[in-house]
Amino acid sequence: MEKLEVKGLNHHFGFTEILRDINFTLEKGEVLSIVGPSGGGKTTLLHLCADLLDVEEGSVKNSFASHTFAFQEGRLLPWKNVIDNIALGLLANGEKKAAAIQKSQEIALQFGLEEEDFEKFPKDLSGGMKQRVSFARALVVKPSLLFIDEPFSALDIGLKKELQAILIEMISKKEISILFITHDLMEAIRLSDEILLLKADPGHIVKKFQYDLPQNERDDKYVYSESAKILQDVEIIDTFELELK
Amino acid sequence: MKFALKILKDFPAYLWSGWGAVASILLFIAFWDMGNQIYGDLVLPAPLETFKTLFVMIQDASVIEEIKTTLYRASMGFGISLLLGSALGLIAGFFATASMMSRPIVTILVGMPPIAWIVLAMIWFGMGDETVIFTVIVASFPIIFVGALQGTRTLDGDLKEMADSFNLPWHMKFFDVYFPHIFSYVFPAWVSGLGMAWKIVIMAELLATSDGMGASLAIARSQLDTPTALALVVIMIGSLMVIEYIILEPIKREVELWRS
Repeated sequence: MEKLEVKGLNHHFGFTEILRDINFTLEKGEVLSIVGPSGGGKTTLLHLCADLLDVEEGSVKNSFASHTFAFQEGRLLPWKNVIDNIALGLLANGEKKAAAIQKSQEIALQFGLEEEDFEKFPKDLSGGMKQRVSFARALVVKPSLLFIDEPFSALDIGLKKELQAILIEMISKKEISILFITHDLMEAIRLSDEILLLKADPGHIVKKFQYDLPQNERDDKYVYSESAKILQDVEIIDTFELELK
Repeated sequence: MKFALKILKDFPAYLWSGWGAVASILLFIAFWDMGNQIYGDLVLPAPLETFKTLFVMIQDASVIEEIKTTLYRASMGFGISLLLGSALGLIAGFFATASMMSRPIVTILVGMPPIAWIVLAMIWFGMGDETVIFTVIVASFPIIFVGALQGTRTLDGDLKEMADSFNLPWHMKFFDVYFPHIFSYVFPAWVSGLGMAWKIVIMAELLATSDGMGASLAIARSQLDTPTALALVVIMIGSLMVIEYIILEPIKREVELWRS
């Protein structure tokens, strides 16, 4: 069984303690989100899980067959056009060039990019388009685990829903497992099976929320009512310093 | 291959965009002719006379021989500093200590006047090829070295991380992630290095050898043969313009298409 297991994870940058005693498990087909205020160590935790940072204390065991990462700022190669950027992961996996281009074009169209955008360099793309390309690049290789850093932050509402719909479809077919970080609670509630609340200084998990209703059955009403509920939670109010004075 | 074809395909459009440059050169020649009418033939020969002299000169085998000699020295010197400068610059860029230590040395190399190098080289190597080639190397090396150093120093850590997250094999990491970035720094440095090499080779020849275009220039000066001197200048500038605008600039445009 593929899974990601994090046990007793601590992390420091110099003398600053970033993360303290993080424990969680992500099973195959599950969606787990980490919410918390900015600067709370969310990105560090995600990078540790994705093996982009070396684990110092504790353990991260990742037995998923493959994983990719969709970065917050896109991180596209500025000297490659849209299609070549998307094809990067496929080519790295040893796929033939023609097949990789073909697949990249298909997923680009699926992600709402136009054919006339294919030859464009990242400098000519809007923020939202860059993020779509970055997303397509991460998903085109069909990873069994996807890491996402603030996935939809630069997207307008319509596009956000479109991309979420694509993910929800993949989730309900059990094609993918996702670990993502966000500061948008509604987004977390719409997509996650479990939400970990990460409190800052140092980052530690203060509470876990479970959502059992399948993602494709969650409508706006469900998301709004659950969001309202979670916003009443003492730990959430405390962590996000929501107290109104 | 695809890249070379694209350069060729865009070449006519590029040439067509050169009319402005042609107009400005013609304007320059008009001012030159005006200077001739004011100061007379001895000080500033007319453009027409200069070009006639030039035409006669390039039919003379001995002049072609001088040009070849100069070309050989310039390309030897530039070639060596291109290889050495790029390689050492890249290596120095990968190590923080090396790049820190190389900075003052580069300042010394850049700050030292080429004329001083020529004097030293004449003492060390005597009059001949070595002196000229050595001077060309020391003059163009620091430019290329700094370009390569900057290229590696400024590699984007975020893109490296991205490359790691997709498990890019080493050859993809090099050709798709590092090389385009480094090249965008090194290539302009090559171009300025070449310009420097071409200027220095003439100066070194003028002072330190008895053959080559620089030496011909010295002879023209001693005989007060202004048309020949100007014709030589036209050859030097003309060849540099051809290399820069016909060969290097189209490549540079394609290479830097992705830049904003």
